[in-house]
Amino acid sequence: MVESLVVGRGLSKKFGKFTAVDSIDFHIQRGEAFGFLGPNGAGKSSTMRMIGAVSPPTSGFLRVLGMDPMVDGIKIRGRLGVVPQEDNLDRELSVYENLLTYGRYFNMSRPDIDRRAAELLDFVQLTERRKDQVEPLSGGMKRRLIIARGLINEPDMVILDEPTTGLDPQARHVVWDRLYQLKREGVTLVITTHYMDEAEQLCDRLVVMDKGRIVAEGSPRELIKRYSTKDVLEMRFEAEARHIAMPIIEEVAKRTENLPDKVMIYTGDAEATVAELGGRGVRPISTLIRRSTLEDVFLRLTGRQLIE
Amino acid sequence: MTTPRALLVVEAEFRFYRRNWRGTVITTWLRPILFLLAMGVGLGSLIDQDLDQALGGAGYLAFLAPGLMAASAMQTAIAESAWPVRVGIKWRKNYWAQISTPITTNDLLAGLMIWIVIRLIFVSVAFAVIIWLFGAVSLSNGLAAVPAAVLTGTAFASPMAALAAWFEEDAPMIAMFRFTIIPLFLFSGAFFPIDQLPEYFGALAVLSPAWHGVELCRWIAAGTPTAISPWLETLYLVTWTGAGWWAAARQLRKRLNL
Repeated sequence: MVESLVVGRGLSKKFGKFTAVDSIDFHIQRGEAFGFLGPNGAGKSSTMRMIGAVSPPTSGFLRVLGMDPMVDGIKIRGRLGVVPQEDNLDRELSVYENLLTYGRYFNMSRPDIDRRAAELLDFVQLTERRKDQVEPLSGGMKRRLIIARGLINEPDMVILDEPTTGLDPQARHVVWDRLYQLKREGVTLVITTHYMDEAEQLCDRLVVMDKGRIVAEGSPRELIKRYSTKDVLEMRFEAEARHIAMPIIEEVAKRTENLPDKVMIYTGDAEATVAELGGRGVRPISTLIRRSTLEDVFLRLTGRQLIE
Repeated sequence: MTTPRALLVVEAEFRFYRRNWRGTVITTWLRPILFLLAMGVGLGSLIDQDLDQALGGAGYLAFLAPGLMAASAMQTAIAESAWPVRVGIKWRKNYWAQISTPITTNDLLAGLMIWIVIRLIFVSVAFAVIIWLFGAVSLSNGLAAVPAAVLTGTAFASPMAALAAWFEEDAPMIAMFRFTIIPLFLFSGAFFPIDQLPEYFGALAVLSPAWHGVELCRWIAAGTPTAISPWLETLYLVTWTGAGWWAAARQLRKRLNL
């Protein structure tokens, strides 16, 4: 049997009258990379803070590493690695001192921290910056250092809140590569993200969240298969042409999304659909054929885009 | 070997302090020297010409020095509690990083208070040495007053930590500093007996822990009898420390474990 590291049932978090997390059910298994995908304000971070045993649930059932966060918060946090969304490194200390300070909170001995810090700085490619101050490091380097810091205690599970938000594309790819490496080593990862490419690349299984609720659950591939078509056509039109084309498109396509700047057409066979629409006089300015992504799943489930 | 978690917080404070200690040298050594020179020696020479009797007959410097020790402890304590809490929550954000480890908000507070006590001992011992060099009190009497000065400090440190965690914005906290800290310092009874103040104003000064600390330090270092009993003064300071601690623990939990 696969061991569940986190189980949530009917889990809710309220701030006054505002419900951030609305009775969600999920479980995270050992060794998997599990994602919470959703737009900003979907309740992902609140869920992560509850799992991280720093925020008490308002109601519902939650077990983390087999323990109740309200009772055994200290023990749970001792075995978790936390990579926060916000950079809270100690800017006035050096790269190494940041790891040392953090490692000491877990009561690790100096030699253990030194050994682990050397491994981790190597892992996140910051060995050369060991003695440097944190402040002048680039965003990507700081992010990698926060990841290394979160791994100092050799955690059973690492929770990462929006691990690549605010990074440039190149820095994002370096972070993804490191997280992918962790996954291959069998580390359980819990990731929140509003980037569908991040979720597709890293997550074995994910839940889609919207307005505090879970609206779908599965592997990225299952979700796409279940909620979208194989292909997607994105067509852009002149205002007038669009008006004429829409009724025809709606007749031909299984499903469409009429977005402000483009029309998305969901189809099992893009080439055939393009040919058919062309034959019936539909003349777009541009046509893009692509595979369905989690973005399409989210659009289908909520009627909204992930990044607005 | 496992170290208690609050001490791990102290250790981190110390590591941080090692990088930033230079600025504190001025406040620890230079400020008391300047005050003693200006008030004790300068102003005191005028006062001693005719008002000596009102201050107990031992000269203004001997009156001022032990009181100033308590008032300085108050200033150190406020600076070392309010700002680190504020910075930990809002600017350096180290509190957020710390509570994601086994460290709890109670550990953060206990660590902060232990660190402040260490700083207060250091500052007050330095003060005792300075006033001894000025010839205001003997070294042994000055050192004997250190615990009273430290207690004066903690009576401010924990309520200030609570306020710093409670304020939503920086501006009201800065305003509070500007408008309350200086009156607390000036009307603490360190510079002149508070019965010189208008009645209602004097009543406010009596409520402030500062006056009780000043009385206590003066009693120990200069042998001046306290207005109330030394034990009640001590109890008053302990009560402020404890109540402030309780409030700070609550506010930190509300802020961080939300």
